[in-house]
Amino acid sequence: MKTSTRKGIAQAVGFLALRAAMGLVLAVLLLFLYDIGKKGGGAISWEFLTEAPRRGMTEGGIFPAIVGTFLVTLITAVLAVPLGMSAAIYLHEYAKQSRLTRLIRLSIRNLSGVPSIVYGLFGVILFVNAMRFGTSILSAGLTLGLMTLPWTVTASEEALKTIPNSYREGAMALGATKWQTIRTNVLPYAIPGMLTGTVLGLARAAGETAPILFTGAAFYLPFLPRSLGDQFMALPYHLYIMATQHHAIQQVRPLAYGTALVLIGLVLGLNMTAVVLRYRLRRKHR
Amino acid sequence: MRKKKLSHLKEAGIRAFFFTCGVVAVLVLVGIFLTLVLTAVPAFREIKLSEFLLSKAWDPTSPEKAEYGILSMVMSTIMVTGGALLLAVPIGIAVAAYLSDVAHWRVREILKPIVEILAGIPSVVIGFLGIVLIGPALSKIFHTGNGLNAVNGSVLLAIMALPTIISISEDSLNAVPKAYNEASLALGASRWQTLLRVKLPAGLSGIIAAAMLGMGRAIGETMTVLMATGNARAFPHGFLDSVRTMTAGIAIELGEVPYYTTHYYALFAIGLVLFVITFAVNLVADIVLHKYQEREQ
Amino acid sequence: MKRTKIFTALVLALLGLAGIAAAQRAKMIQVKGSDTMVNLVQILAEEYMGKTPGAAIAVLGGGSGTGITGLINQTCDIANSSREWKQKEIDQAWEKGVSPRFFVAAVDGLSIVVNEKNPLEQLTVAQVGALYRGDVKNWKAVGGMEKAVSLYGRQSNSGTYVFMQEFVLGNKNYSADMKEMNGNAQIIEGLIQDEGAVGYVGVGYLHDQDGKIRKGLKVLKISKEPNGTGFLPTDKAAVDSGAYPLSRPLYMATSGKPKSDVAQFLGWIVGPEGQAIVEREGFFIVGEGKYKAANDKNFK
Repeated sequence: MKTSTRKGIAQAVGFLALRAAMGLVLAVLLLFLYDIGKKGGGAISWEFLTEAPRRGMTEGGIFPAIVGTFLVTLITAVLAVPLGMSAAIYLHEYAKQSRLTRLIRLSIRNLSGVPSIVYGLFGVILFVNAMRFGTSILSAGLTLGLMTLPWTVTASEEALKTIPNSYREGAMALGATKWQTIRTNVLPYAIPGMLTGTVLGLARAAGETAPILFTGAAFYLPFLPRSLGDQFMALPYHLYIMATQHHAIQQVRPLAYGTALVLIGLVLGLNMTAVVLRYRLRRKHR
Repeated sequence: MRKKKLSHLKEAGIRAFFFTCGVVAVLVLVGIFLTLVLTAVPAFREIKLSEFLLSKAWDPTSPEKAEYGILSMVMSTIMVTGGALLLAVPIGIAVAAYLSDVAHWRVREILKPIVEILAGIPSVVIGFLGIVLIGPALSKIFHTGNGLNAVNGSVLLAIMALPTIISISEDSLNAVPKAYNEASLALGASRWQTLLRVKLPAGLSGIIAAAMLGMGRAIGETMTVLMATGNARAFPHGFLDSVRTMTAGIAIELGEVPYYTTHYYALFAIGLVLFVITFAVNLVADIVLHKYQEREQ
Repeated sequence: MKRTKIFTALVLALLGLAGIAAAQRAKMIQVKGSDTMVNLVQILAEEYMGKTPGAAIAVLGGGSGTGITGLINQTCDIANSSREWKQKEIDQAWEKGVSPRFFVAAVDGLSIVVNEKNPLEQLTVAQVGALYRGDVKNWKAVGGMEKAVSLYGRQSNSGTYVFMQEFVLGNKNYSADMKEMNGNAQIIEGLIQDEGAVGYVGVGYLHDQDGKIRKGLKVLKISKEPNGTGFLPTDKAAVDSGAYPLSRPLYMATSGKPKSDVAQFLGWIVGPEGQAIVEREGFFIVGEGKYKAANDKNFK
């Protein structure tokens, strides 16, 4: 057989294998989404989305969980977004290449690898006990905020990198101070990108369970939380208990699927928004 | 003159503010480490370190003798992580190679975000699918009564680690200098041969880093394994056994343990072990990536 | 400048809210604890709130151990437990200034359940203990089929786990091969699919919404002696008289004399309306005997 033919066959087979791998991954993803979509879709209704659970959580809806997730994610954002943006501004605009800077970057990368349950442990000690916030939206939100911080810093820095240096040089040439330069010539253009990136981090936070297990999530609360000091229901925790701890697991399986669908919808919706926004922004800046 | 000084002070103040924000990351990391250490140390007043690390029996509430050995949990973590990597690394590299070398750029633009979607699925949903979809399937394939075991955990963790491995591997394949590719093709090699013999070896350190980061992700995952591996405390003898990982062990018992007892401190000690392991894995991955980037420059 | 102002405002707002948070805690009655009881108590709370305007009750699970810890740490008002408190826990409570009072809300017949394909009908308490200690690994050894025993149980935070350990396992260790599920319902889910399985659940978990025993399950009769009469946990007379060996009271504990809103809720639970719900959910009512007397005393 000619060498070129052998090469050709090898390539065809090889590329086929690669295509198969891609196909496998796609198939798994589609299978998951289809399963949840089909079995969860049946449970979704206006009632499901706007009412509280009833009759031992075998009927009714998941509204308190939706609200709880929203509130916790809000606190997460309040902590992680400004702090992350500021840290990114320091790293990109002010910091010189030094050991401290490398240490900061190393810390950020390592923080993103810390297991979520360890964040939960830390949250219990720091927010629930030491700061006496107790098990509450505040504790859970702050714990998630710490967990999301590496994401917001990284995303914000990426956004800052896309601003051409000429913008900065232009301002400095006119005599502006560092902060003035950042404020007028960098931030206005970077902030949309920063926020887009942080939305991805928040989407991830909204779906996390381990950090809120012991810092505030509740099995069943009949009322919406009235303050940040209250406990709360949350979508990921609700899915967990519907799937493992409910007294009639088989009966509420459809409701569990519905919760999963809403959770995925929320998380993916946020992801999609961020991706689309990022795509649009990239096009604008090119 | 005064105005200039005030402005200086203001600039310095602002810089200090941003600096503090930057340093927060370090403070949090150190804070987590210290908190774990401080809360874990009291455990070892009552537990021998050798028992903690080497004993297979974990039974803190036993009416007979309280046992605090984490070896079974460590083994469980190793098994599901190992199984996950066995699945995710080959498939991940293959998909990365597909995206970087085979796919048309338009196809890639569509597929990359789709892979990102996989990364976005919350761990509790994956665990849920482990219970309702993968578990029954495994039970049929392997004729076990129950699909909640290490295989289930490995499959689920593989799915969770894939996006990380794919993304970073693809980056490292794309970062191979064009000159390498062009030289190889100019010498008559096919694209496939170039991929196998030039690109993959050149991008190897990035791929290793990707695998390590994927490993770190798998080790630290909690909800997925909590829901889908059965949580038996025994030392696992095979992949079809029900296992309990370190993360699940903490999650199961933290809610009920009375504060400030040996049991409580011991759970934090497990947390410390987890932290150290994931820190080490991430650090090594970091060094590998760093060295690789330096070399390419 | 504007951005800094917004940021500062957010920080101040956060601090302010934190203050309000700290001041406003615990307006709701917080109930924590037993998974065996959580659905029962949740339904009780739901119906009670429906009848009592202004009542606010949050029912959290977590296992009996979690509830007990919660009462001791004063993070809840009522602790549900499907077992008695250990002396160590009572001592800890006293140390922290909590003097627990125990109300019996319902009575449970802890049920030993197997897959419906299992031909066995009855076991002695000792045999169940042998299974769960791991002394016996095949059903053949207890007079059943040739098949490996697949153990399902709870985790150490469960009162049922502790109760079983004390009264059935003779205070010995569980087999390390027992699959430790997250709740009663997960045990049942496992049992239905696993032919060699055995599990223990509260009697209220045996029935589906139509009141029949769940499909796929078989409830074993339990006898005290090797050749004695076995009784079903669904047999009310047997549970009341103690002929069913694994009956146990389900407790709701408070710290000292319950405050008025808590006392009102507890009073309703042990009263006729609450007890009717207890029965509807498959558990057993407190009755007129010693449990009622103890309850009455605790209200004073």
